[in-house]
Amino acid sequence: MDGIHDVGGKQGFGRVKPTTDEPPFEHDWERRLFGIVRALTRPSDWNADKFRFTREQLPPVEYLTQPYFDQWYRSYAAMLLGSRLVTASELGSGHSMQAGSQLGKPMSAADVATARQTTQRYDREYRGEPRFADGDRVRASLNGRPGHTRLPQYVRGHVGVVVAVHGAHVIPDESAKGRPIAEPLYTVGFELAELYPQQTNSGDKVHLDLWERYLEPID
Amino acid sequence: MAEYDPDHAAEHHHEIHSHVPSEPALRVKALESLLVEKGLVDSSAVDAWIELYRDEVGPKVGARVVARAWNDAAYKAHLLTDGTAAIKELGIEGWAVGHLKVVENTAELHNMVVCTLCSCYPHAVLGIQPSWYKKEAYRSRAVREPRAVLAEFGVQLPENVAVKIWDSTAELRYLVLPQRPKAPRDGRTSIFRSLSRATA
Repeated sequence: MDGIHDVGGKQGFGRVKPTTDEPPFEHDWERRLFGIVRALTRPSDWNADKFRFTREQLPPVEYLTQPYFDQWYRSYAAMLLGSRLVTASELGSGHSMQAGSQLGKPMSAADVATARQTTQRYDREYRGEPRFADGDRVRASLNGRPGHTRLPQYVRGHVGVVVAVHGAHVIPDESAKGRPIAEPLYTVGFELAELYPQQTNSGDKVHLDLWERYLEPID
Repeated sequence: MAEYDPDHAAEHHHEIHSHVPSEPALRVKALESLLVEKGLVDSSAVDAWIELYRDEVGPKVGARVVARAWNDAAYKAHLLTDGTAAIKELGIEGWAVGHLKVVENTAELHNMVVCTLCSCYPHAVLGIQPSWYKKEAYRSRAVREPRAVLAEFGVQLPENVAVKIWDSTAELRYLVLPQRPKAPRDGRTSIFRSLSRATA
């Protein structure tokens, strides 16, 4: 989706505001929302790709102006609505008007110790052979994709070099639709001067992790 | 089923906008009370996550990894080869470190990490992202004018140092291993005083 979230290379956002020793949360409601999201019992069909796609569909003005953790609130609320776990009225009142969904007991405080150490992996068995090898020159697909994708606009149509071959990883374009398909993933390096000819420092590179379907061979 | 249809997602966003309290604090309070009533959240687990990210999980975890790498050449080599396994040896596991790639700054190379599409970050080893990492100014400019961005952090790179920017588009997460500073003359000052996510 060529949405507002795809900001790589866009101009006009002003200076970066560096911070040091910044606390993780500015407001109490932010840390509360963070904890709620981490403690929430999720339906088995939820995943990070669906979350990201839901956030990408915030109205552009909201995406650019609402605080980060408020965007989490809106995205999780949208997913809860979509899964029919809550209604909009219930989100407004804070009270349940119908029986809760039977998804089992929620995570307890004691469970957090285990949950925090749970490491998700996204690599999967793959029957085929990767199409590209280390050192291959590849062109990032010129076309965008409807729906969720992780091919940013700023590299589309540009030529890069494969610098690492990672095996098959779950591809977000499919995973966001509920299809846990895995496809070969590559780290591809692009010369900054090729992406942005105004950049005169030779040697600077941008590396992206791109799935096989995002790439075409250079003949 | 979670919705995939963009039209439904747009409807949900609109519904939320018209039904929920206008103050974020009130929205979140309503959400917690609702989810507890629905049996989807236990408030003491919410407390536990907050305490975890207040007291234990943050940049100090990453600093420990960097310290070990600076003092132990074999560990450093392992870290650069398999970041996930190497941090697991130090008891570090969990959120967003299943595919950790550690990238080393040298006299000729300076690494930067960004997520242009959202704000992907190796949480278990660095905690919650700093505000600048999540905002559009950094996300848009890091991949276009990295040296101007570094200058805004007070980092001026010599001409012979190349910059490599890692855009976290998949589930690989990147951790920069900064160059070990030269030992200070007085020998007493902690080298970690200068270690910061903003200048690594």
